[in-house]
Amino acid sequence: MTEALPMAGAAANVNLAGLSKNDYRGAPSTLCQGCGHNSISNQIIAALYEMNVVPEDVLKFSGIGCSSKSPAYFLNRTFGFNSLHGRMPSIATGALFGNHKMKGISVSGDGDSASIGMGQFKHIMRRNVNMVYIIENNGVYGLTKGQFSATAEKGLELKKQGSNPYMPVDICMEALISNATFIARSFAGNPKQVKELLKAAIAHDGIAILDIISPCVTFNDQATAYHSYAWGKEHEMPLHEVSYVPPRNEIMLDRDLEAGELREVAMHDGSTVMLKNIEKHYDPTNRFEAMRAMEEAGRNNWLVTGLLYVDTTKQNLTTQYNLVDTPLNRLTQADLRPDRSAIDKVNALMF
Amino acid sequence: MNKIVNDFSIIIGTKNGSGSSTANNTILRSIFKMGIPVSGKNLFPSNIQGLPTWYTIRANKNGFIARSDHNDIVIALNPDSFTKDLASVRAGGAFFYADDIKQPITRVDVAIYPMPIKAIIRNDPNVPSDFRDLVGNMVYVGILAHMINMDVEKINAALTFHFKGKQKPIDMNMNAIKAGAEWAKTNLEKKDPFYLEAMNKTDGLIMADGNTAAAIGSIFGGVQFAAWYPITPASSLAESLVDYLPILRKQEDGKKNYAVIQAEDELAALGMTIGAGWSGLRAMTSTSGPGLSLMTEFAGLAYYAETPVVIWDVQRIGPSTGLPTRTSQGDLSFTYHIGHGDSHSVILLPGDITECFDFGWQSFDIAERVQTPIFVLSDLDMGMNQWMSKPFEYPETPMDRGKVLWEKDLDELKGNWGRYLDKDGDGIPYRTIPGNKHPASAYFTRGTGHDEYAKYTEDSSVYIKNMERLKEKHYNAKQFVPAPVFHSMKGATIGILAFGSTEAAILEAQHQLANEHGIKSDFMRVRAIPFTDEVEKFLAKYDQIFVVEMNRDGQIDIILKGEYPQYSMKLKSVAYHDGLPAAATWVREGILAKYVKAKSKDESGKMKAEVKKSAGKKKVAPKASAKKTLTKAKASSKAKAKRK
Repeated sequence: MTEALPMAGAAANVNLAGLSKNDYRGAPSTLCQGCGHNSISNQIIAALYEMNVVPEDVLKFSGIGCSSKSPAYFLNRTFGFNSLHGRMPSIATGALFGNHKMKGISVSGDGDSASIGMGQFKHIMRRNVNMVYIIENNGVYGLTKGQFSATAEKGLELKKQGSNPYMPVDICMEALISNATFIARSFAGNPKQVKELLKAAIAHDGIAILDIISPCVTFNDQATAYHSYAWGKEHEMPLHEVSYVPPRNEIMLDRDLEAGELREVAMHDGSTVMLKNIEKHYDPTNRFEAMRAMEEAGRNNWLVTGLLYVDTTKQNLTTQYNLVDTPLNRLTQADLRPDRSAIDKVNALMF
Repeated sequence: MNKIVNDFSIIIGTKNGSGSSTANNTILRSIFKMGIPVSGKNLFPSNIQGLPTWYTIRANKNGFIARSDHNDIVIALNPDSFTKDLASVRAGGAFFYADDIKQPITRVDVAIYPMPIKAIIRNDPNVPSDFRDLVGNMVYVGILAHMINMDVEKINAALTFHFKGKQKPIDMNMNAIKAGAEWAKTNLEKKDPFYLEAMNKTDGLIMADGNTAAAIGSIFGGVQFAAWYPITPASSLAESLVDYLPILRKQEDGKKNYAVIQAEDELAALGMTIGAGWSGLRAMTSTSGPGLSLMTEFAGLAYYAETPVVIWDVQRIGPSTGLPTRTSQGDLSFTYHIGHGDSHSVILLPGDITECFDFGWQSFDIAERVQTPIFVLSDLDMGMNQWMSKPFEYPETPMDRGKVLWEKDLDELKGNWGRYLDKDGDGIPYRTIPGNKHPASAYFTRGTGHDEYAKYTEDSSVYIKNMERLKEKHYNAKQFVPAPVFHSMKGATIGILAFGSTEAAILEAQHQLANEHGIKSDFMRVRAIPFTDEVEKFLAKYDQIFVVEMNRDGQIDIILKGEYPQYSMKLKSVAYHDGLPAAATWVREGILAKYVKAKSKDESGKMKAEVKKSAGKKKVAPKASAKKTLTKAKASSKAKAKRK
């Protein structure tokens, strides 16, 4: 550190890196009040603070969408790249070669990763890029209300769109078959689990996929507002004003999920998700077991949460490339330009 | 019969995948080693095996080695193209053919030489039966060598190079060549005028292809990261990086200071490259037209985010189901405005193998200096064919890493800096690089929605200011890009403007125009956009400037007319595109078709009237929108040409 940093709050509240929680914060969020994404941002801040990670030692990446805006709302002191829709993985893959000692923390959404960006999503996993890859998934139960997302369930009814004829993409299942080395699922309303999984993901050396169900609080679609009986009926008038975004409370679990517990959680629109925590004796290093757990959950319409799979034996991408110890972006002409004699050597190699 | 020495073309018609490329390269290299200026161009289909393919060689003592469209010697090995190949021999030329092709010989004006290739190779006990077709290709090399006096020593040198000194294949191929030559000596009577004689005009030169040169140049430029996706004709550029990086950047501990990644597609290839460039690496990708289309969105982002990257486009004809293995200069307009909204690209235009090497390293300096994507537009002819070249020269200037702030710089600035702040008034801001430990170093990268400190904003005045700065930055780049190359004749009355691989054809056309038509010309080969000051001076100097390029619409002509509307009436587009490497004929004929002799009063009056007429036409052009002003000017000059 080259200069004293302004501290907000009590000077005593610093971690082992000598930083306060404020050093991990970002710009004020412009997402809707009660958005699950904000809760995830807060857990990212908490996890990094508690792990004493220096903000300059990580990189932030995102694609396009509400979720992809959120890296602006944490880690002001961290370089970030808000890239293109569905193309964050390629930006991150290249950027992490600049300094192989840095870790990536990225945020994407179900549209960004499971629709437009499916190709890059799959390929970053098979390359095992050293990055936490969070998918803030709000499309599964039609909470986007506008269009079907690729994670929307088959048969979901939306007034404007009709019935969804397609099978959903299961992000964790895609991750497993793409040989991701860390796969977990959680729910934004379960901050304790989100934070613990984030910590594990940050500690993991390689790609860490975190599928976090993050309910969208805002319905601004007049046509579909009629479907929202639980909350919407009371607020029928405001919902006809399409630009009106009603303030909401974020959906939070009232108590933690026990190991193996199955619990129904009501969404803003009155639909429900079934969260199923993994069993106590579950072995996340067993790929067969992971596949069985996901298949079982899929058949029962549960969202199985927790650390589903981890493999700590695979090398991350930059390690596979056997790079020099000095970060590549600190190398100079002396390291990078072959010396004068090399030109004769090259000319001799030509005919 | 008068001998024709060191001035003829050879075309070999064969089947794709028949393994003739070693044989054809051997002929090319042998002629080169005899000191005779020579070129070889592979005219191949999009196919692995079976379709007709041709290899054309031009030897010329005066150094005119553009592709010739006369076929002096034809070697026909493919029954499917036999009739066409026979018809293509110039009267007085020579026709060699594999005698197992039983098709009628209808020409009496050419020397006919049947070649019993299969019988000869079958008699060689040292050639295993499954190698017969492959090594059989060497029999025609031997027959041709005997007939045109190709030096056997030089053939041996060519084979030694090709087989990297491995004696067994060298001997096997050499024996086939000798068998062919022996057979020709005993059985063929020379009836054509074509001979080779040793010269010293290739002393000190090398032979290389542009993709290899570009890769090696990039390595001398310190490339640290390359991501790519296979596409003809660009693949061999990235593959050459993979070949030469371990040789040229070898570390004793075996660790690497570079990475090359084959991406899943071109979108990811440029995405990774931008990520690496943003992260402070010298990063590049290489592709061709269709790949560039896929890179468009990322190219726009890099322009607005001001990320240094180098993008090589080895141009070819459009979609994959078109003529993807044919050369082209058709990506210029697209590249110039690639992205979204208002954008101008900095483009380098190499014209030979040396420049492929030089622009390899220079492009990184320009990219990091200007903080923008640098596009280098080569083409299939340069990229994949073996060209004679001056040897590569060591970069004469140190690496320019541009305006980068590290920890100590930020200390001095007390952390006060803005990523997009134009501190120096040249439109080029300062940047920091990830890994910088200074707590004020970080910024959040986005497209256009940022202020001078990289904070999010949609404020109109901030947007306008940023866009104006980007424009200024683009034009400021002209001080860093390579200046044009001139080939001037004394007493020149017309200008010829071109770029890229057409140089050899234009030099020959210049010569023909002067000697056969009395038209002396000044030829300027542009090597970059934005245009340097020399370009405007050149446009001011001549009354007629012929803009020669290998595309349909006259793309650089349109860009020039947009940049210099005051000279647009003097620019005459000579655009021609048939997928083949440029030849002098169409350049010459294209110029003659639009040339206006403007010396006497009468004629200058006629020219003015002509200009008036075309201007009049412009006015009555139906439904012309304001947007089309540029193309309209061009269309009227085309219409004028048609009337002539």
